Amino acid sequence: MPAASTAEIVVEVQNLEKHFGAFKAVAGVSFAVRRGEIFGFLGPNGAGKSTTIRMLCGLLAPTAGSGRVAGFDIVRETEQIKTRIGYMSQKFSLYDELTVEENIDFYSGIYRLPREKKAARKDWVLTMAGLQAHRRTRTSTLSGGWKQRLALGCAVLHEPPILFLDEPTSGVDPISRRQFWDLIYTLSGQGVTVFVTTHYMEESEYCDRLGIVYRGELIASGTPRALKTEHMAEAVLELDCAQPNEAMAVLERLPEVKEVAVFGKGLHVVAADPAAAEPAIRAALAAGGFRLDRLERIVPTLEDVFVSLIEARDRTAGAQQEFSR
Amino acid sequence: MWERILTILRKEFRSVLRDPRMRLVILGLPVIQTLIFGYAVTLDVRHVRLAVVDHDGTPASRALVARFTGSAYFDALTHTQDDDAARRLVDSADASAILQINAGYEQNLRGGRTVPVQLLVDGADSNTARFVVNYAAQITAAANTEFVLEQVQRRTGRSVTTGRADLQPRAWFNADLESRNFYVPGIIAMLIMLVSLMLTSMAIVREKEAGTIEQIMVTPIRPVEFILGKCAPFAVIGFVNTAMVSAVALLWFHIPFRGSFALLLGGVALFLLSTLGIGLFISTVSRTQQQAMMTTFFFFFPAMLFSGFIFPIANMPVGFQWLSLVDPLRYMLVIIRGVFLKGVGFDVLWTQFAALLALGLGVMGFAVTRFHKTL
Repeated sequence: MPAASTAEIVVEVQNLEKHFGAFKAVAGVSFAVRRGEIFGFLGPNGAGKSTTIRMLCGLLAPTAGSGRVAGFDIVRETEQIKTRIGYMSQKFSLYDELTVEENIDFYSGIYRLPREKKAARKDWVLTMAGLQAHRRTRTSTLSGGWKQRLALGCAVLHEPPILFLDEPTSGVDPISRRQFWDLIYTLSGQGVTVFVTTHYMEESEYCDRLGIVYRGELIASGTPRALKTEHMAEAVLELDCAQPNEAMAVLERLPEVKEVAVFGKGLHVVAADPAAAEPAIRAALAAGGFRLDRLERIVPTLEDVFVSLIEARDRTAGAQQEFSR
Repeated sequence: MWERILTILRKEFRSVLRDPRMRLVILGLPVIQTLIFGYAVTLDVRHVRLAVVDHDGTPASRALVARFTGSAYFDALTHTQDDDAARRLVDSADASAILQINAGYEQNLRGGRTVPVQLLVDGADSNTARFVVNYAAQITAAANTEFVLEQVQRRTGRSVTTGRADLQPRAWFNADLESRNFYVPGIIAMLIMLVSLMLTSMAIVREKEAGTIEQIMVTPIRPVEFILGKCAPFAVIGFVNTAMVSAVALLWFHIPFRGSFALLLGGVALFLLSTLGIGLFISTVSRTQQQAMMTTFFFFFPAMLFSGFIFPIANMPVGFQWLSLVDPLRYMLVIIRGVFLKGVGFDVLWTQFAALLALGLGVMGFAVTRFHKTL
C-alpha cells in the first residue's frame, strides 16, 4: 500500500470474520479505504465478497473482528452508519410493481429528504439514469442497464459519502457497464468513496485500489499496477504457436516452466527465470514439431496475477492439509 | 417517524392493489367464501331420504309411513318390497335410512301387542344419524299416543281426556334454530383472520424473496416504522372486509344484527392486533412464500378447530380447552356472535375484549422483538 496519501480513512476493518456454521465465509480480512477512493474487491463467486460488504453495511453481524465505517463501529453503531452509506445489492432490489417515479419517491420518503430537496434529487436521478421519458413506466419493464442505474440513483438519493456496490454490473451488457462506470467516476470525483465488489477482471482495472479475495481471505491488495508488477515474482511469457492445446502438454513438462495457461488464441507461460525458460520453450516446441509464431515477455495481466496468487494459495493450503494429516 | 410509516403504507397499498391475485384475495374471496360457506356450513338435517320397505301394506302401516313422509324431516325416496334393493340404496348413500314394516303389523297392533318397526340408519355420519333417530322416535311416539287414545275411545265408546305436560320450547336469539345464523357471523371472523394472516406474512416474505427488504434494511428506518407501515394497510383491509362480509351476511342471508356495529369494529381492531402479529411472526420464520403459506395454514386449522367455530369448546378434553385460551378466534367468535345474534354490549363482552387485547399485545410485542434489521 503506497504510503504517499494522507487522506482520511473512511472504511477500515481488522481481522473481520463471518462463520455460517462450520463454514468460514470470511476468514479474517483487514483493509482500509481512503476518502474518495474507488476500492475494488475482486474474487471468484463464494469468496466472501458479499458477506464482507453486508457486514460493512450493518446487515450482518461479524463473528469476530472489528471495523469502522464513516467513523462508526460496524457492530454497535450500525444505524449511524446507515445514514451515511448507499448500498446496491447484486440482485435488483427496487419494487417491480411500482413505477420509476414511485420507487424514487419511496426512497426519498424512507430517507426523509427535506421537502424542498425531493424534486431536485428526483430530477437528478431521472437525468442521471436517462429515465426522464420513462418516469411513469413500471420498473419491471425496464432493461437491465436502466434498472441498474435507477437502483444506483435510489441508493445515492440521500447523497451518502460512502457507496457500497455489490457486483453492480453482473448481467448487464458492456455498453451499460461502461456507462455505469462513468457514473461511478463522476461520484468518485465528487468525493464519494466507492467500495465495489466484482469478479470481472477488466472491471477491476477501473479501480484505484484492489483487494483480491479468495476463500474468505484477502490474499493481496494494492493498485492494479502494483499488483501486476510487485505481486508477481515470476515472469509471464506470451506465445502464439500451432496446436496450442497439444503444445501446452509439452511445455508443462519443462522444469523451467511453472504454469501454462491458454490465453486467447495463444498461451501464457509463467516461469521463475525467463532467461532460462525462453530457450527451453523454443527447443521443446521445435523438437515436438510445433510451429512457433511469437514468443515474448509481457507485463502480466490482472488475470495472470489472480491465477498465480490463487494457485500459490492452493499449493500452501494443500501442503498444510497434508502436513496436518 | 410518520413520514416513513406513510411512505411504506402508500407503497404497500399500491403493491397489493396492483397485483390482480391480491385484489382477488382482498375483494373477491371474502364475499365468495361467505356465500359458499353460508350455504354449505349448516348442521340442519332436513329432507332425509328414506327408503320405505312396507311388507304389511295395510291402512295402519300406510298411516305410519305417511307420518314419516308427511313431516319436513323425511322424503320417501322409494317404496319397495325388496330388502336388498333398499340396502343397496344405503350402500350407495342414495338413501340415509330404511324404514321397514314387517307383514302382520296391523293385525298385531290390533291384537294389543308391541310390534317392532325397524329403522336402519346410515351411521357413517354420526351427527346426521343421531338427528334421524331422534326425529323418527318423535314421530313414532306421536303415532303411539294417537293410537292409544283411539283404542281407548273405541273400547269405551266415549272420548277420553288425559292430563299431560306440554313442553313449550322457545329458542332465544335464533327462534327458528337456523344453524346459518350461528355460523355466518363465525365465518366473518374466520375470513378476517385468514386474509389478515396471509397478507401480512406474504407481504413481508415476498420482499425477502425479491431482495427488496435488504435495500430497506440498509436505510436508517426503525423496525417499528417498517412494521407499522406494513401492518396498517392490512388492518384497513381487515376493516373493509368486515364491512363487506357483514353486508353479505345481512343483505343476502338476512342474519339478524341486534348489537352495535361500532362495538363489532372495536372487537375486530383488537382481533387484528393478534392476527397481524401472528402474520408478522410467521414472516420472521419463513424465507419463501410457500413456507409462509404452509406455516399460515399450520396455524390456521388448529386455530379454527379450537375456537369453537364448529365444535363447542365445552365438549373438548380439558387440555384442548386450555389450549383454546390462546386462540384469538375463540374470543372474536364470542364477540361477533354476541353482537350479531344476542345484541349484547360491552358490559357483557368486556372480558373477551380484555383477553384479545392481552393476547394481541403479547403476540405483536413478541413478533416485533423477533424482527431484526439484519439478514
